[in-house]
Amino acid sequence: MHVGLEHYLAVSALLFALGLFGVLVRRNLLVIYMSLELMLNAANLALVSFSSYKNNPDGQVLVFFIISVAAAEVAVGLALIVALYRKRKTTHVEDLTTMKL
Amino acid sequence: MEEEGGRGRGAGKFSGQNLKQRNMPPTDILFYVFAALTLLCGVLVVANPFSRNPVTSAMFLVLTVASMAGLFVLLRAFFLAAIQILVYAGAVIVLFLFVIMLLDLRAEERRKVKRFGLVGALLSVGAITAIFFKCLSSSALGADPSPTMEGGTIALGKLLFTRYLLPFEIVSVLLLVAMVGVVLLSKKDLK
Repeated sequence: MHVGLEHYLAVSALLFALGLFGVLVRRNLLVIYMSLELMLNAANLALVSFSSYKNNPDGQVLVFFIISVAAAEVAVGLALIVALYRKRKTTHVEDLTTMKL
Repeated sequence: MEEEGGRGRGAGKFSGQNLKQRNMPPTDILFYVFAALTLLCGVLVVANPFSRNPVTSAMFLVLTVASMAGLFVLLRAFFLAAIQILVYAGAVIVLFLFVIMLLDLRAEERRKVKRFGLVGALLSVGAITAIFFKCLSSSALGADPSPTMEGGTIALGKLLFTRYLLPFEIVSVLLLVAMVGVVLLSKKDLK
């Protein structure tokens, strides 16, 4: 069977599901963050495959922007995690319950 | 072997009887190899049975990103493949590793995953996967034989500096803002 658009979309969907699973199950903030990156990458893969198969370069430009924004987001998020670790000495989400009622 | 894994894992509904067909074009074989690598390393990022060290997760994230760059090359998005390697494997993961080293996470003990949380996560992930594949099987995607567009530097660069010039400039400002924010957040006496 020839590899087509739906194969790439299937890979992208599974990657997104994996990332979501990681965000929901893992309790370490850093690993949760990596799973978020996985989800972003899955969206990128879907966009690139649509753009390639539908012969429209706009999708690839959008992926370019997504990658640059994701880089900025990672920098800010990791700085937040470092600041949090300085205050609380933990990166476990179960120990961060200040906002719990 | 790997292709079969990619098939069974990656495309349950597409796995036909012609699994053993030997007349697959090389790009298809490469697709299955890269897809299997991506998904396998993705699994090892999220749920590694051997170690829960974040460093291992970060290393497997590098492998995931690299094999995704391979998928991008197969989609003829050469510029984005290079960007993926440069930005993700070169910058983002290095940042992750720096932070992991900075935080000194040796003290992290094995904590039990809550049964309720695991069941809920499995349910929601299964639901979203079912939705995705239902959409995929019911949508009429055109039967394009192969990707036709060249996503090289020239095409994307032209687009980036004509039609998307304003978003491009805004992204540069965003990067500056992020840099200032990170410097501020990393100060010792954070209020």
